[in-house]
Amino acid sequence: MREITYAQALREALREEMKRDESVILIGEDIGIHGGAFSVTKGLIEEFGPERVRNTPISEAGFVGAAIGAALTGLRPIAEIMYVDFSTIAMDQIVNQAAKLRFMTGGKTCVPLVLRTQGGAGRGNAAQHSQSLEAWYAHIPGLLVVMPSSPYDAKGLLKSSIRDNNPIIFIEHKLLYATKGEVPDEGQEYLVPIGKADIKRKGSDVTIVTWSLMVRKALSAAEMLAEDGIAAEVVDVRTLRPLDTETIVESVKRTGRCVVVHEACKTGGFGAEVVARVVEEAFDYLDAPVLRVAAADTPIPYSKTLEDWVIPSEADIVSAVRRVVDG
Amino acid sequence: MESREKMLRMYRHMLAIRQFEHKAGDLFTRDAVRGSIHLYIGQEAVAVGVCSALEPGDYVVSTHRGHGHCIAKGGRLREMMAELLGKATGYCKGRGGSMHIADFGSGILGANGIVGGGIAIAVGAAFSAKYLKNGRVSVCFFGDGAVNQGIFHEALNLAAVWKVPAIFVCENNLYALSTPFRDAFAIEHVVDRAAGYGVPGCRVDGNDVLAVYEAAREACARARGGGGPTLIEAVTYRMDGHFRGDPCLYRSKQEVEEWAARDPITRFRAKLIESKVASAEELAAIEDEVRAEVEDAVRFALESPDPSPQDMLNDIYA
Repeated sequence: MREITYAQALREALREEMKRDESVILIGEDIGIHGGAFSVTKGLIEEFGPERVRNTPISEAGFVGAAIGAALTGLRPIAEIMYVDFSTIAMDQIVNQAAKLRFMTGGKTCVPLVLRTQGGAGRGNAAQHSQSLEAWYAHIPGLLVVMPSSPYDAKGLLKSSIRDNNPIIFIEHKLLYATKGEVPDEGQEYLVPIGKADIKRKGSDVTIVTWSLMVRKALSAAEMLAEDGIAAEVVDVRTLRPLDTETIVESVKRTGRCVVVHEACKTGGFGAEVVARVVEEAFDYLDAPVLRVAAADTPIPYSKTLEDWVIPSEADIVSAVRRVVDG
Repeated sequence: MESREKMLRMYRHMLAIRQFEHKAGDLFTRDAVRGSIHLYIGQEAVAVGVCSALEPGDYVVSTHRGHGHCIAKGGRLREMMAELLGKATGYCKGRGGSMHIADFGSGILGANGIVGGGIAIAVGAAFSAKYLKNGRVSVCFFGDGAVNQGIFHEALNLAAVWKVPAIFVCENNLYALSTPFRDAFAIEHVVDRAAGYGVPGCRVDGNDVLAVYEAAREACARARGGGGPTLIEAVTYRMDGHFRGDPCLYRSKQEVEEWAARDPITRFRAKLIESKVASAEELAAIEDEVRAEVEDAVRFALESPDPSPQDMLNDIYA
């Protein structure tokens, strides 16, 4: 199979869905000639024109609201928020409007909106351009939260999200755009279902539950652990809401141990939700406490030394796994 | 002069709003309506004037004070009243209540509990109308309070840059809850802001239904002709408090009395008789009919069943 980057995979998903359905449009800042801050929409304005690839002024609340209005009246907009940090500016539109419109109006409408954004640290973008805010959105009934870790999942999940009738927070990771992975040729259609976790590595000693960039770190940690004879299973949840609790719990029942890894800071992070579900549904199968590996509870610092200290590393994952395996 | 039929329909709608609101206020006082309720009494000419200029497919985005917009755009009294009473037969099956009534079939995209929350949504509906070339316009109602929300600025600018068929209707009732207009604006009029977005604006007597209608008709013609958005400032006054039960400590009795003398329904009624559009007897007959419709809506709502929690859980996700 050919290998393409995460960014290319996302672009292919956008292009295929725009070709398939004229009601699919893009809205966002600098997504036209500039091609988006991470080049995901490069070439799309040339192919589909400025009516469908709509550059906006710097007005996150305004254009997210406009995307909601368009979604209510027959279109399937994909709004791009350049950094998930900037979604704070559009919070009323996302949380009070998009998430609740269907419910508040008695299920008589739907909001088929994909809000594409990216988060995460690792590039020295500091505290207002590096956050992992997925727990906020996963907390809101009415929203779905999707966080792919590989080019294959990115393409398949974005296509599924565009076809879904709910508002979806689709969070990419800035360090994943250049990573490569196997993806079927363009035109060989496939979808990845929303709400289905994927076991990225099989193992019998411990379950590592994670998502987004941390899947890659967990996989390299698993390699290191294998050298010591510890077989770690890596479960990529892929979507936080709905969460595929069944796959997680089944894995933990097999391994008897669980470590949850995420890049967001620990307090109030989504890892707490995963741990709670494991404890609620697989308590009797656990041979060790469930641990979390997460960022330190600080804003993301600028200096590389400081940033590396805050963000979980492969070594942090290895050491947490050793604690639950060795006891 | 508009057709007799049209003018009588306007009168009927204004009356329906007034009587619906009186009933809703009574039911709130009797604890049949929960939460809070924001009545439209005194502002009827704005909703009716604007909506009389619209086609059935056009969109309306409303506010927390939205009952009037809904009735004027063709919303049904029974489902509205049932929603206020939280019943399964209400527009939103009791999920939303007063501040979230929507009727997508009539182009009513929803009231809104957040001040200014719907302004950008209206821009998106206007964009879809332009993109789909369906000839529709999108009207956004909001109060003077919403004009000081950041999203007002973002949405008007976006509508102007995209040149979409949107009509922004500011119902300037002189108070944002308790804060008087002069304490919240350093400019004379809301419409002064239109120039800042390159959008044509006009200011009308919001208690004169025909003046509002004319302004809306002009804005609709501009929007449908590809001329982009318009900002209309309709100056009016809410005769009730911000919400039912508001002691209104922030305004004088004299001011309220002055505005009562400019009541939009009384004025329109006198005009209809004076210009011989209808006789007092004919208008009285309409008044009786509307009263009966509102009574019927109340009866329907009171007799309707409560919604079930199980059914509610199906409406979170599509």
